[in-house]
Amino acid sequence: MNGLDIWMRENPITYVLLGSYAVAFLIFAVEIAMVRHKRKITLQQVRLMRDAGDEE
Amino acid sequence: MAINWFKYSAPTTFYGLAGKLIPWFGILAAILFAVGLYIGFFVAPTDAVQGEFYRIIFIHVPSSIISMFLYLIMAGYAALGLIFNTRLSSMMATAIAPTGALFAFISLWTGALWGKPMWGAWWVWDARLTSELILLFLYLGYIALHASIDDPRRADRAAALLAIVGSVNVPIIYFSVKWWNTLHQGSTIKFSGTSMHVAMQQAMFITLVACWLYAIAVILARVRSIILERERHTKWIMELPEVKQ
Repeated sequence: MNGLDIWMRENPITYVLLGSYAVAFLIFAVEIAMVRHKRKITLQQVRLMRDAGDEE
Repeated sequence: MAINWFKYSAPTTFYGLAGKLIPWFGILAAILFAVGLYIGFFVAPTDAVQGEFYRIIFIHVPSSIISMFLYLIMAGYAALGLIFNTRLSSMMATAIAPTGALFAFISLWTGALWGKPMWGAWWVWDARLTSELILLFLYLGYIALHASIDDPRRADRAAALLAIVGSVNVPIIYFSVKWWNTLHQGSTIKFSGTSMHVAMQQAMFITLVACWLYAIAVILARVRSIILERERHTKWIMELPEVKQ
């Protein structure tokens, strides 16, 4: 048994929480941030298009 | 009062409806995650065989179920877009793919974390695991194919074919534990009943609903950006309050 095997058997709850739930919620947080960023960028592009149309 | 559901198949009306629904789905998802994880970690007893490691199932099982269902929904929307040429269907399929891929990844990741203490290996080339990995690749293939074609309508049609053909993998994932002699265990919850403790069932069901609500909220938010992007030349987009600011 290596060090990780021994650690996970001594700290199963920490292993489960950090290894799976923390990673899953981090992925959710990154996805939410990406969706919000995409909306911000798209709105900026649409506003730029509108402004360019107004100037013509 | 009769509701005209077809009204919401137009991006013009769906955009507003999605905007109103997102906060409700998001807030409910957060509440249900908190409740489900409280029951899963503080109420559900320790498993006699697997010890504390079984608690991974409260995220692993919902992620696996959602990754499979989202693929079928994505393929369904893609097929609708391909057959009836409906704009919103293709946009929905495009919006579902990244979330489906993330749930497939979480399913594989948490499965590996459970496999190490239980099987002694992070990964085995078991039928269930391999078919779920193929599902992740199908999602990534759909995203890559769609992104590689500049014209969105042509990209929709090409990617739709991949989504439809790939949907054959979903029943393979589900039945893999029956068709082949796999290391992965079979279904614990069956129509005939279950041997699971009631608190374990409650925690798993609540986190499953929470994951669904989260997935719907994120997909609706993403499809709103796609609608904005694709309909940017139209008058109704220019008249939106958030664009006028």
